[in-house]
Amino acid sequence: MVANVTLTIDGIRITVPKGSTVLEAAEKAGIFIPTFCHDPELSKPGACRICVVEIPGMRNLPASCVTEAMEGMVVYSASPAVIEARKTNLELLLANHPEDCLTCNKNGDCRLQEYAYYYGVKYGAFKGEKHRYPLEDDNPFIVRDMNKCILCGKCVRMCEEVQGNNVLNFAFRGFNALVTPAMNSKYSDTEISNCVFCGNCISVCPVGALSEKDMLGKARRWEVKKVTTTCPYCGVGCQFDLNVKDNKVLGVTSTDGDVNGRALCVKGRFGYGFIHHPDRLTTPLIKKDGKFVEATWTEAIKLVAEKLGDIKAKDGPDAIGILSSARVTNEENYLMNKLARAVIGTNNIDHCARL
Amino acid sequence: MKNLDQVRLKYQEQYKQKLGKNRIVVGLGTCGIAAGGDKVMQNVKEEVAARGLDVEIDFTSCIGMCYREPMVEIALAGAPSVIYGDIFADKVEKLIESHIVNKTPVYEWAVIQIPGEATPYEGIDIMEKSAYYEKQVRSVTSRLGRTNPESIIDYIATGGYEGIEKALQVERPAIIDEIKKSGLRGRGGGGFPTGTKWQFVYDARGDKKYAVCNADEGDPGAFMDRSVLEGDPHSVLEGMMIAGYAIGADEGYIYCRAEYPLAIRRLNLAIAQAEEHGLLGDNILDSGFSFRIKIKAGAGAFVCGEETALLNSIEGLRGMPRVRPPFPANKGLWQKPTVLNNVETYANVPFIIRYGGDWYADMGTEMSKGSKVFCLTGKVNNTGLMEVPMGITLRDIIFSIGGGIQDGKKFKAVQSGGPSGGCIPAEHLDTSIDYDSLTALGAIMGSGGLVVMDETTCMVDVAKFFLNFTQLESCGKCTPCREGTKRMLEILQRICDGKGEMEDIDTLDRLCRVIKNTALCGLGQTCPNPIATTLRYFRSEYEAHIIDKRCPAGVCSALLVYTILANKCTGCGACVRSCPAGAITGEKKGPHAIDTDKCIKCGACIQKCKFDAIIKA
Repeated sequence: MVANVTLTIDGIRITVPKGSTVLEAAEKAGIFIPTFCHDPELSKPGACRICVVEIPGMRNLPASCVTEAMEGMVVYSASPAVIEARKTNLELLLANHPEDCLTCNKNGDCRLQEYAYYYGVKYGAFKGEKHRYPLEDDNPFIVRDMNKCILCGKCVRMCEEVQGNNVLNFAFRGFNALVTPAMNSKYSDTEISNCVFCGNCISVCPVGALSEKDMLGKARRWEVKKVTTTCPYCGVGCQFDLNVKDNKVLGVTSTDGDVNGRALCVKGRFGYGFIHHPDRLTTPLIKKDGKFVEATWTEAIKLVAEKLGDIKAKDGPDAIGILSSARVTNEENYLMNKLARAVIGTNNIDHCARL
Repeated sequence: MKNLDQVRLKYQEQYKQKLGKNRIVVGLGTCGIAAGGDKVMQNVKEEVAARGLDVEIDFTSCIGMCYREPMVEIALAGAPSVIYGDIFADKVEKLIESHIVNKTPVYEWAVIQIPGEATPYEGIDIMEKSAYYEKQVRSVTSRLGRTNPESIIDYIATGGYEGIEKALQVERPAIIDEIKKSGLRGRGGGGFPTGTKWQFVYDARGDKKYAVCNADEGDPGAFMDRSVLEGDPHSVLEGMMIAGYAIGADEGYIYCRAEYPLAIRRLNLAIAQAEEHGLLGDNILDSGFSFRIKIKAGAGAFVCGEETALLNSIEGLRGMPRVRPPFPANKGLWQKPTVLNNVETYANVPFIIRYGGDWYADMGTEMSKGSKVFCLTGKVNNTGLMEVPMGITLRDIIFSIGGGIQDGKKFKAVQSGGPSGGCIPAEHLDTSIDYDSLTALGAIMGSGGLVVMDETTCMVDVAKFFLNFTQLESCGKCTPCREGTKRMLEILQRICDGKGEMEDIDTLDRLCRVIKNTALCGLGQTCPNPIATTLRYFRSEYEAHIIDKRCPAGVCSALLVYTILANKCTGCGACVRSCPAGAITGEKKGPHAIDTDKCIKCGACIQKCKFDAIIKA
């Protein structure tokens, strides 16, 4: 039995399991605390300092994402000092951020924008230098605009802790700190970067620093309909969202899949080009007089069943072999096995994953 | 358990014999070497060889008077040691001729003497009574400038490794109690009680524990730890060994900045010597306690002096601070319980164990016990290293030990604690030096760097200097430090350029508050201090820059106008020839004038003018 602690946040008493953070307790109490670098799935660097709260007895304003909730603790999530700190830190982030929300692909789905709106923070509080990094768009999948990066480091941790490729880390110091592959290379320098273009970094970016290349400029966020579906590539059964506008799939984004969370591989995330490809088969084809002719599913299945029946009648069931696919689900593979053994009557069944 | 008695007796005999001879000792700390000590040493050797003298030639580390380097000590058998200052290589011949051959000290070059049991020379200050040392105590620095730092013989002969011997004979908690009794607080700047910290690590559960030494001294104008490492490396090793024994660690790391090559060399030598003597390694002195020490050279990041960034760096990760808690005492190096102290803290430990916690606690104030090593730099006459009892005043340090302000100028402020510290003005010169008083002034004790500023220092410019430092050294992890220091620096630059507005002061105030309140680590939380304190004590200077577009100290070049006083100008033309911008014109023998549009405010003309006819204002 896990022990509980009870604390008070903004006058609301809330009981949470011991070991919970103040942020988790606030979430449970329905109290809004903004976060940039926090992600429940990733380790906690406590870096962005936007989630600071006031806790009497504690030095300064602790970050709620890494402060453990204690019995009897009193927390103020929106005291004047907290609001001043959050606004100032937002102003500081905006001071080094391109003022291009109008054309930013992330518009409408950007945390920086959302919090700036919430706290009424505008551009221009601080004059001064801004970064002018070149856009990194030399690979077919991911566009990196480091001018928009707020250095929350979620992409770094996603790549390290979930994907396990350790492509990204911080380089340089202070104002010039930069998230980058090794040796300040690019994703496309795969020998150095080790990038496999899974794009999981994009799935955690809270701003417009990382984008799917093919989706840039295709639709505003609110025009896109997200259709959750299962990846057709392999049997893992990853779920993702098809981003659909005007009945056309613009791209794939992560959803919170039961199997895969937000993680996808390069094929699932970027290999959707076949959907609207002119070469794509949309009906079965049957060869007639040396030429493929479009047919219905009923026709095609009937034809295959007849042919298999003929072979079985003539040469016995063991004259037939079935090779199944890793791209279908376990259930489908199971059914294929039933077809082979129970319907056709042969043990000649194998699977492409063994080849 | 074995003891060192026999070794110590033997080494004491050798040490005594060395001191009994005619001796020449050259100061070869980094400051001595930088001033030309190596060349001096070479000349000493050549001179002694050429004359066929029977003289013991030795070297030592910095005795503290860096402003008098190169320093050479000469002692005739049975006579006082005389320490000479500013002995550049060309003075060696005369020095040896007079002091060794003719047995007469060169009085005009002598700085101090240490008579020991001999009759002092007339006319040379005795060290303890000299202006520089009178108010000092020498415990943690007692071997500096007195023993050969590369000799374990000198160390053991002067009581070295008595502390660990004594410690190994008692139970571990008794050591921690002794440290608690001494009242020793962290000398790296934070001032956390050392005994309590050790207790935490002792109490922490873990199959493996570490003792780590922070030797990543990086504050501008601070060289306390370097001096101790270069002058008494064994004392740091011994302190770490005692800590290791007390908390149950069998491994130690010294994280030393790579910019201290001499310190690293002497540490490596000391480790090898200690291993040779069975003082480091397995089953030390048959006590069952094993301890090894490794050195990790830093790669130049100031933030790695922050304890959690330092641990990351040892682990091979990027030097970025971790969130605390968990504190290193529970999850430190490789997530194991770790005690982390700085060089000076460790170096104090053997003395405390040898002489007892009460002895240590007798020095200092109620809340700040013992002594503290400071480095005095800036516009002060005597720049160097000193060890003073806690509770001494800033005035004593700057005016008694430091000999006052250079060129008779007026004292303006002293910056204590480096970029994390603050500027303390003249009205607080009588403040007692202890952790709490300095914090109350908005400064901090810090690791012990004291930078003195005089009336020609612009306090906005000083704040800008420190902010430039912190914004370059910020690791970039947290938003307020990474972005905030940059913006504060830009605002200060604008003020210095005469483009400041009064709202800028409010903005600075707010940024100071928010960065202090929300930054992740100590570096970020304290980096506004130079601004906060100069705003607090020198606000009028900010206002002069902003409202009057004037730099009262005459430093901020954008606000200066150079003019030639017609009544003083003789028309000699020296200024014209020195001006790189061609901004000065005038008839020969007639008054000249400066075209302010062309003037780049380099100040070359002022230096050339023999008639004080050019002023800047």
